[in-house]
Amino acid sequence: MNKVKKITGMALFLPVFCMLLVMLVNVIYDAANGNFAFNFFTISVRNGILYGRLIDILNRGSEIAILAIGMTLVVSSSAGTDISVGSVMSLSASFCCMLLAGYGVASASTLAMPLFLGVLGGILMGCVCGAFNGFLVAYLNVQPMVATLILFSAARAIGLLLCNNVIVYVRNDSFGFFGSFLGPVPTPIVIAALCILVISLLLRYTALGLYIQSVGINKKASRIAGLNSEKIIFLCYIVCGLCAGIAGIVASSRITSADSNNIGLNFELDAILAVALGGNSLGGGKFRLAGSIIGAYTIQAITTTLYALGVSTEQAPVYKAIVVIIIVTIQAPPFKAFMKRMSDKRQLSKGGAAV
Amino acid sequence: MKNKKLNSNTLLLIITIVLFFVMYAAGCIVYSDKGFGNIQTFLNLLINNAGLLCVTCGMTCIMLTGGIDISVGSLIALDCMILAVGMEHWGMSAPVLCIIVLLIGIVFGMVQGFCVGYLKIQPFIVTMAGMFFGRGMTAVISTNQVSISNEWFVKLANTKIELPFGAYTNNKGALQIPFVRLTVVVALIVLVVIFLMLRYTKFGRSLYAVGGNEQSAVMMGLNVPMTKLKAYVLSSFLCSIGGICFCLNTMSGNVQQATGLEMDAISSSVIGGTLLTGGVGNVIGSFFGVMINGTISTLVKTNGKLLSSWSNIAVAALLCFFIVLQSVFAKIKEKK
Repeated sequence: MNKVKKITGMALFLPVFCMLLVMLVNVIYDAANGNFAFNFFTISVRNGILYGRLIDILNRGSEIAILAIGMTLVVSSSAGTDISVGSVMSLSASFCCMLLAGYGVASASTLAMPLFLGVLGGILMGCVCGAFNGFLVAYLNVQPMVATLILFSAARAIGLLLCNNVIVYVRNDSFGFFGSFLGPVPTPIVIAALCILVISLLLRYTALGLYIQSVGINKKASRIAGLNSEKIIFLCYIVCGLCAGIAGIVASSRITSADSNNIGLNFELDAILAVALGGNSLGGGKFRLAGSIIGAYTIQAITTTLYALGVSTEQAPVYKAIVVIIIVTIQAPPFKAFMKRMSDKRQLSKGGAAV
Repeated sequence: MKNKKLNSNTLLLIITIVLFFVMYAAGCIVYSDKGFGNIQTFLNLLINNAGLLCVTCGMTCIMLTGGIDISVGSLIALDCMILAVGMEHWGMSAPVLCIIVLLIGIVFGMVQGFCVGYLKIQPFIVTMAGMFFGRGMTAVISTNQVSISNEWFVKLANTKIELPFGAYTNNKGALQIPFVRLTVVVALIVLVVIFLMLRYTKFGRSLYAVGGNEQSAVMMGLNVPMTKLKAYVLSSFLCSIGGICFCLNTMSGNVQQATGLEMDAISSSVIGGTLLTGGVGNVIGSFFGVMINGTISTLVKTNGKLLSSWSNIAVAALLCFFIVLQSVFAKIKEKK
């Protein structure tokens, strides 16, 4: 009993447990269909490229993982969610493609400017959006959800304007690099890994992580303790925008175009879900980056598994919704209190029997 | 002190109302040759936004308690799909289906309200799950676009209620009698009922109390979880009424229907002076918020040359303006 409690009480229990559950479902499904039971885990090399369902999940989950990093910081510092990340992704992608193709050009095979300038422009656009959100939240004390609601509806529309209301194609291999392969490994995986590495090193070797948590737990107290609370929240939103920009470039590079209407659609929800699934409280304060990242890949694993089970793209949300409700119910304080009461009662009756 | 607080909120409401009239007047002057000044254009504004108005009333009630409901758009899609598929493929009668849709709204709201009120889960997460669920269930029922050709429903949708005044001659010289649809009447009734409820009933006042300060509400002896649950039931119920209005306008069911409607409803409420922190706002402001939203998109459509994304940007800019204004007022109040 104590051992079970020890394991369930562990910090990363929930996300890891969900991940294992998804894997189990996959194994059972494969076995039931007469395939090799561990099909899910096999990784092979075909044409010099890594191949396998795990790789696919890691690859497709890159954007959510990158977004989840920024979202974790925002949730932790300001106790609110940034719902504009999906739209900002789309705007960054549009801006980047517009720079690369030239304004008003619908399809370009030669780049109008050096690749890194275009990509940098896209990422900077993300930062600017993040700064806008951060300014509203940190300095004007606007509720995070309302503040980000502005860009949620505007960013996608601005992206459409930048692209002159068409889908801009950049048919150039150098731009497609971010969505294709670096040697045998898909580039998005590498980019996501780099982002995770940089942020986690930053949090580990500077006091930033501590500052963010303390601002999230009590903004006023941190202010009195000498922290510039506003600046820290502002910074978190910029990082979130930066992550959205990077994710946007990866997403548009995959399809070598800027599809303003569809890039990043509903990604904000996945990113928020990843944070919640990672065992982080959406009320701010303490956070675990590792949890969010495992959460992000778990969501992608759920999505991929659902598709493998033959659920259509449009029907998949039903199952996602059920998963969300179960997870948040388990995390809810009243539910925990209820479970504790139950176990207390059980122990009480046991003790009574012994006497 | 209390007087001051009322003043800044009333000021916001007045700004909203003035803005609407200025915007509309500007439209009348600039696009007078395109018939913008006709009374029917204004009535069309009401007709097109009847569904949104119902939804926004519900949204305002929830926002008063400090919550949020982002599931409304997908609930409307679900309602429309049930109505469309029910009439066309299951062969059920239209009135029965309308009642079923309203019941689904109540159950939907009960589940969400229970999670928010009793399990104390963040409203955003709960209704996000609701949004996934609604949209997904719509796809489970049917992924095709289903058009409605039910006789009773078509008759209902085509009912014109002609106004006794304001007849005018159009460009071609024919006499036009201004009319509204049934949906407008429903939406206006909803608006009046909610206005009276918020002002004069115990439930309405407790919504303000819960949103203003939850702890004092508990100490006053209010049943906070129950009030929240009721608010969500009310919102989903109104949303279902809005769904039927919406369906009467579009006459079809479609998975992608009403995407982003929740954001329209929220922005209308905020423009109308409702604070997302709860406790402040009323439905009159929300009404003008919806009207401003509708006017902007009508203006963009009437222009004809502008891309439709401009209306999104304009609404967002307006939202930004009001949010900044609210926060400035709050800062001024703090200093005093």
